[in-house]
Amino acid sequence: MTTPDPLTPVLTRRWGLPRSWSLETYEQHDGYAALRAALAAHPDQIIQLVKDSGLRGRGGAGFPTGMKWSFIPQGPDGAGAKPKYLVINADEGEPGTCKDIPTMMADPHSLIEGCIITSYAIRAHFCAIYVRGEALHCIRRVQGAVNEAYAKGYLGKNILGSGFDLDIVVHAGAGAYICGEETALLDSLEGRRGQPRLKPPFPATSGLYASPTVVNNVETIATVPAIVAGGSDWFRSMGTERSPGPKIYSISGHVERPGQYEAPLGVTLRQLLEMAGGMKDGVPLKFWTPGGSSTPLFTAEHLDVPLDFEGAAAAGSMLGTTAVMVFNETVSVPWAVMKWTEFYKHESCGKCTPCREGTYWLEHILHRMVAGQGTPEDVETMLDVCDNILGRAFCALGDGATSPITSGIEYFRQEFLDLCAAQSAVAQPEQLAELTGVSA
Amino acid sequence: MTLPEGTPETNSAAPAAPQELTWKPVVEEGPPASPMFDELTRQRTKEIIARYPQPRSALLPLLHLVQSVEGFVSQDGIRYCAEALELSTAEVAAVVTFYTMYKRSPCGQHLVSVCTNTLCAALGGDEIYRRLSEKLGVGHEETAGEPGSPGSITLEHAECLAACDLAPVVQVNYEYFDNQTTESATELVEALQRDEKPHPTRGAPLTDFRTAELELAGIHGDLEQSVEGPSAAKETLRGVQLAAECGWVAPSLPAEPPALPPLPEKK
Ligand SMILES: Cc1cc2nc3c(=O)[nH]c(=O)nc-3n(C[C@H](O)[C@H](O)[C@H](O)COP(=O)(O)O)c2cc1C
Ligand code: SF4
Ligand code: FES
Repeated sequence: MTTPDPLTPVLTRRWGLPRSWSLETYEQHDGYAALRAALAAHPDQIIQLVKDSGLRGRGGAGFPTGMKWSFIPQGPDGAGAKPKYLVINADEGEPGTCKDIPTMMADPHSLIEGCIITSYAIRAHFCAIYVRGEALHCIRRVQGAVNEAYAKGYLGKNILGSGFDLDIVVHAGAGAYICGEETALLDSLEGRRGQPRLKPPFPATSGLYASPTVVNNVETIATVPAIVAGGSDWFRSMGTERSPGPKIYSISGHVERPGQYEAPLGVTLRQLLEMAGGMKDGVPLKFWTPGGSSTPLFTAEHLDVPLDFEGAAAAGSMLGTTAVMVFNETVSVPWAVMKWTEFYKHESCGKCTPCREGTYWLEHILHRMVAGQGTPEDVETMLDVCDNILGRAFCALGDGATSPITSGIEYFRQEFLDLCAAQSAVAQPEQLAELTGVSA
Repeated sequence: MTLPEGTPETNSAAPAAPQELTWKPVVEEGPPASPMFDELTRQRTKEIIARYPQPRSALLPLLHLVQSVEGFVSQDGIRYCAEALELSTAEVAAVVTFYTMYKRSPCGQHLVSVCTNTLCAALGGDEIYRRLSEKLGVGHEETAGEPGSPGSITLEHAECLAACDLAPVVQVNYEYFDNQTTESATELVEALQRDEKPHPTRGAPLTDFRTAELELAGIHGDLEQSVEGPSAAKETLRGVQLAAECGWVAPSLPAEPPALPPLPEKK
């Protein structure tokens, strides 16, 4: 097999066109051809195709998409008889992640076409696109695309004469990172506080309104029309055996040319940096995240780690959302970790004790350390608190909150200790510090 | 460990006979929601509820609708949603307090949100927030000027706004102003105070907080017009452009979609 080019624009291939968001442009560039092919097939053939393609969820966890769809009970009895739903997770909020919003801004019809094909495959007649509330222009673009699709008969009753009906609602969130967690998202969509649900039961059997539901990320679903158009072998000609396909890498921070770069899965930071013009002003790299703040930090040691699901995990992190945040030598690791911890503390939904209390205390300790009032013991205390969160929290937000801290300490422990060096030999008791107001 | 003698029951002082309580099946909800929610709003409320398979799903959009009327969510607004969806005010209040975008005190004509998450902060977001806060003389979620009056501004620091490649980022009424500096952000705020409407880097022409909230409720004015506007920033297109310059492409798609796999056999 020939190696694909360093960049393989599939999802991004229409982004630069004039009025790229319009139905007209989309149709001129293969738009809705995949839908026709899909509607001519049996729904189970689509599920099989997506299974064969090896497509894995782009929302962070990398779950095989075709397999997820096949968990939806079908048939005339039991859970199969209930209505089925497709819910699109467009709540993009993981720090560093900025791929779904540009996708919806520039090419909303690829998402809509993907929604129709997916709904057809899982036999859903109602689909909700849950868009982060702060992404107002995206909401307009997606709603505009939905309106255009209705007008053209791609949505509504008897789509393209196939007998298949589908309605799509564009739903705005209201500012809560936790609503990106799929079960919290479902609760939020039901008009409740967005707090995660106990699993099992999984959304596949008991999701929206306790009915079988597929929750997928924007990028995952926007990839589906291309898979139908190209077939599974074509899709697998990019990426690796277990992480096939193209992926949008969002490079931000101290690089010359930050932006969106769509490459085959498995590209390395070294290659990405080269494409992004290298480190800004030549200041050396210090640390980076492969996929958002919930994925453990990497350092310059990890320049050649293949950024696919397996490669990132083998090197001790996770692929996450391929949000590559790059920080140079001028950035203090304890400070960065403190800022991220403030985020997790603010966004913790409060449902479970390890995360609610843990993030609270971690934030306090980090404030104190960064203000120069920490002790070497604080480092151990933080690791201990993290140990009490990881694997013990109710959802993955808690686990994610520990990632910057444990990885930050793993690679930059001395930097945390140096913050304590200016301390007097006799540690100042915490309460005293509070009283005298020296702590942060 | 020593336990106190006796059991909690015997230890406690004899309770005074409770006042007789009568169970009221209907919770008193106060007066009905104010006439601020006029016929048009009620019409829109019905429209929003009708979109969903179950009415309660309309709660988040309805709260956005309330903000478009009130500029925040008041007790009255909570009552309005409770009535519309046949929920208790406690249920609605629990939702309102959970979400950052529902404001509990009246907002300015504009809401200015500065991303101070790590990446933006490292590139100047913290400094921008500090400068704006000083300039406006207000802190997080506070309003400079009489709320709602022209040029009034509510300031907030925001979490990652999903535009990190364009950091540091500021939003006005949830429209993006990318690649800001302390100077550009100060100028932006000054223009807003003069009742001007600078054009966002990406997005539709600026309106005000309440109009934005109406759109978030899913009530769009002239959508065909408002979807226009600059969308892809140069950062967004960098990969696409580099690929074009270098002649890099994805493996080509077949002219026709290839045959789908055969129907899997039933187990
Ligand atoms: C705290 C938290 C936040 C999340 N935020 C998002 C998000 O914004 N978008 C998203 O697609 N998935 C997010 N996820 C992952 C979802 O729970 C879920 O795995 C994903 O939507 C499934 O879609 P996929 O299989 O297509 O990736 C989040 C998970 C957690 C724990
Ligand atoms: S881990 Fe945090 S966000 Fe998740 S349920 Fe527990 S408190 Fe909520
Ligand atoms: S960190 Fe500011 S937009 Fe992501």
